Amino acid sequence: MIEAVGLTKRYGPKTAVEDLSFTVRPGIVTGFLGPNGAGKSTTMRMLLGLDAPTAGHATVNGRRYADHPAPLREVGAMLEARAVHTGRSAWNHLAALAATHGLPMRRVDEVVDLVGLHEVARKRAGAFSLGMGQRLGIASALLGDPATVILDEPVNGLDPEGILWIRNLMKSLAAEGRTVLVSSHLMSEMALTAEHLIVVGRGRLIADTSVAEFTSRASVGQAVRVRTPDSVRLGELLREQPGVVVTPDQDSADVFDVSGADSEQIGRLAALNQLVLFELTPHQASLEEAFMELTKDAVEYQTGTARTGTAQRTADERVKETAA
Amino acid sequence: MSAVLEATPIATTLPPEAETRVTLVRVLKSEWIKFRSLRSTYWTLAAGIVLTVGFGALLCWAMLDHFNQLHADERASFNPTDHSLRGYYLAQMAIGVLGVLMFTGEYSTGMIRATVSAVPKRLPVLWAKALVFGAATWVVGTLSALAAFFIGQAIFSSKHLGASFGDPGVPRAVFGLGLYLTAIGLIAVGLGALLRNTAAGIASLFGLLLVLPLLVEALPSSWQSDISPYLPGAAGAALFTLHGDPGQLSPWVGFGVLCIYVVAALVGGAAVLRRRDA
Repeated sequence: MIEAVGLTKRYGPKTAVEDLSFTVRPGIVTGFLGPNGAGKSTTMRMLLGLDAPTAGHATVNGRRYADHPAPLREVGAMLEARAVHTGRSAWNHLAALAATHGLPMRRVDEVVDLVGLHEVARKRAGAFSLGMGQRLGIASALLGDPATVILDEPVNGLDPEGILWIRNLMKSLAAEGRTVLVSSHLMSEMALTAEHLIVVGRGRLIADTSVAEFTSRASVGQAVRVRTPDSVRLGELLREQPGVVVTPDQDSADVFDVSGADSEQIGRLAALNQLVLFELTPHQASLEEAFMELTKDAVEYQTGTARTGTAQRTADERVKETAA
Repeated sequence: MSAVLEATPIATTLPPEAETRVTLVRVLKSEWIKFRSLRSTYWTLAAGIVLTVGFGALLCWAMLDHFNQLHADERASFNPTDHSLRGYYLAQMAIGVLGVLMFTGEYSTGMIRATVSAVPKRLPVLWAKALVFGAATWVVGTLSALAAFFIGQAIFSSKHLGASFGDPGVPRAVFGLGLYLTAIGLIAVGLGALLRNTAAGIASLFGLLLVLPLLVEALPSSWQSDISPYLPGAAGAALFTLHGDPGQLSPWVGFGVLCIYVVAALVGGAAVLRRRDA
C-alpha cells in the first residue's frame, strides 16, 4: 500500500510535482503513466525518501519509508537511472545491499537466479548491457522479498523476451498480494500489464482510474489521419476549431492525426480554404492518443481558459517530448 | 543469460522481518563488502604503500649519496627518522583520493541511491564508511611507516647515520605517521560526502594540504607564524617529525588540531548527506 498526500516538489522556481495525492492498492499492478518530464521519477524518489518533498508526505505500508526499521523488506525499488557502482560485480553489489539488513548470502544467489543473471553475476556491472542492468535493478528490488515493489520504466532496454518476462513477473508479484507500482510513458505497455492507472502530466494528477474504464473512454474518440502538402496551414486552421487536437506524425511532415473533427468537417475546411488533400482516413484513436487527449485536458483545466493557442502549443510540445 | 519466461514466485527463505533491521554493525559489514570489492581500493592502497616505502627509500639513498657534500647546518638539521618517513608527502595524496572516492564514487555512478534506499537514515553510512576506511588506512599507513623507517635506517646504517627504533620519539613518529594518514583519509571521506563530486573533493583536499601552505607563505611573516602551524599538514606533521620547523606545535597538540579538521569535515559531510536529496 502506497499513499501520497499532497506531494509537492519544487526545484527553485520550477515545480516538478504539484499537490499529488493517490493511493496504490495491493494485489494489482498499478501503472504510473505520464509523458517524459511529468514528474514520475521525482514522485518515486519522494516515495523512497531519496528526495524530500517541498510539501506533503508519502507513506509506504503505513509508514514513511525512512521510518521502516528494515526498509528493503517493505519496499523494493528499481529507479530509472542506474544505481550500481560500475566497478563492482553484480553479486557484490547485491551482497552489500543484503548485508545492511543482515540477509543471508544465499538470498543473493536466489535473486540472481530469479532474474537470470547467474552467468554474469561475477562480472563488473559497468560492462552490463542495458537489459542486464535492468535485471540487476530488479534483483536489487526483490532482494528483501518486499510487500511493495516500485519499478521505474522497467521494460526500457529489454529485448522482447525480457519484456515478456517483466510483464509476467509484475503480474505474479501482484497475484501474490503485493503492491506493484510501475511507471511508464507508454500507454500501450500499461494496457498489457496494469489494472489501475495513475496518470500524471506536468507534475499534476490527471486521472486515477481503472485501465478498463480508461480504454473504454479512449475508444469513444475517433481520429482522422490527414495527408496534405499544406499540412502547416491546414493544421493551423484545424487548431482554431473548438475541441480539435492535431497530432503531427513522427515520420512525415505531410501527415497528422486529428481528433475532435470528422473527415467531413476536415474535408470541408480544406475545400473552403482551397487546400489540397491526399488522404483522409478515419480510425479508432489508439490508447496513446487517448492518453494525449487526457494530458491535454489537464493543461486546459490548469489554465482555466478555453482552447487557447498557448494551451494547444504546450500539448503539441508534449506530443514531441513523448515521441522523442 | 537465459530468461525465465514463466516468472517464478519469489522464494521466502528469509528470516523474519524483525531479525533483519538495519543496524550500524550491518551497515559496517556492507561498507566493508563494498570497500573490498572494488579494484581501485587495491590499486590506491598499493600506491600508498609504494610511495611511502619506495619514495622514502629513494630519498634516503639520495641523502646518503650527498651526505658528505652537505654543509654543517644541513647536517645538523638532518634527522634519519624524519628522512625515512618523507614518502608520506605523496602517499597522503593516494589515500586522500581513495577517501574522497568513498562517497563521490557512489554519487557519480548512482550507487548512492541504492545505498540510501537500503539505509534511509543515511548517517550510519557515513560512520560506517569512515570506520572502514579509517581502519584500512590506519593498518596500511602504520605498516608502511614501519617498513619505510626500517628500510631507511638500513640504508643509513652503511654510514652509521641510522636511528634505532628505541631512540626517543621514534615510535611516536613512526606510529604517528599511521595516525596522520588515517586522519587525512577521514578528512577526505568527509570532503567527499560534503562536496559529492570527485574533482571538487580531490581539488579541495589538495588545496588544503598543498596550496594553502603556499598561500600562507605569501602573508606577512608575523601572520604566517600565527597561521602556518595550525594548517592540517603542519599540525599533523608535528606528530611524526622529530626535527621539525621552529614554531611547530607540540606533537599531540598538533594531532589534536588535525583531529578538529577531521571532525569538521565529517560533520559537514553528515549535514549534507542528511539534508540534501540523494
